Amino acid sequence: MITLPEVLLLGTLLFCISVAGIFLNRKNVLILLMCIELMLLSVNINFIAFSHFLGDIHGQVFVFFILTVAAAESAIGLAILVVMFRNRDTINVGELDSMKG
Amino acid sequence: MTQIIFYFFGAMLLLSATMVVVIKNPIHAALFLVLSFFSSAAVWLLLNAEFLAIVLVLVYVGAVMVLFLFVVMMLDINLTTLREGFARYFPLGIVIALSMAITMGLVVGSDYFATATYNQVSTTTTVSNTELLGRAIYTDYLYQFEIAGAILLVAIIAAISLSMSKSKITKSIHPTEQVNVKKEDRLRVVKMKTENKEG
Repeated sequence: MITLPEVLLLGTLLFCISVAGIFLNRKNVLILLMCIELMLLSVNINFIAFSHFLGDIHGQVFVFFILTVAAAESAIGLAILVVMFRNRDTINVGELDSMKG
Repeated sequence: MTQIIFYFFGAMLLLSATMVVVIKNPIHAALFLVLSFFSSAAVWLLLNAEFLAIVLVLVYVGAVMVLFLFVVMMLDINLTTLREGFARYFPLGIVIALSMAITMGLVVGSDYFATATYNQVSTTTTVSNTELLGRAIYTDYLYQFEIAGAILLVAIIAAISLSMSKSKITKSIHPTEQVNVKKEDRLRVVKMKTENKEG
């Protein structure tokens, strides 16, 4: 049988890996977006684990809404990325300093 | 048996997530992200969230990841400049991730919340997971569900309006101008002498 702490630990480790990914790939917007997707996935794992072990369906409803918002976020983020690449010819975060005072 | 399957897919999820973070090629990173979504869908299936597992595979692997792959292949990115901070921030990232993992692991693994005593609630109902979720969404969460639909609509409009370019390379016809065109606008009758070939 799976126990709740195991699933919570899985979500925790996934979250930590994606936080490390944001630190490591701080120049590449694409990988940053992927790391955000992984973070949302780890949060969803927590919600589903509690929903399963408490016998409450409302956690899964929340996962449903998080999936919706994450899909919208990645669609808009990738559109912004494409426009940025078209205008600046780069997706390097370090070169996006045109608003610097 | 369930535990073995859970450990297998959990290890696969963590391994593929690590590969997403450290791999050099963004296309490979996107493919490893697909693998991590698949294995987490398997974990969700083990936790009796069948509908959401299928939605994760269909929506995420089917739509969002294809979008990611499409964008990666469309952009001609320079990989060497994007990786330049990797080695410098590697120790910092490891330290922060490890400290976060230890802190959260102490909270999650402690007996304070007695999470280990939560056993699976015996579901004696014959209602399927999809039906339960549908009942909750269409009764208690109806307004939130409609707001979610509005968010998706806004996302569609925003993505299209952002990526539609009005540059000069886009060739399009103007229907009214095309219908209203007259013969005099396009055709010019030139009067000239007939030429006599034989001289």
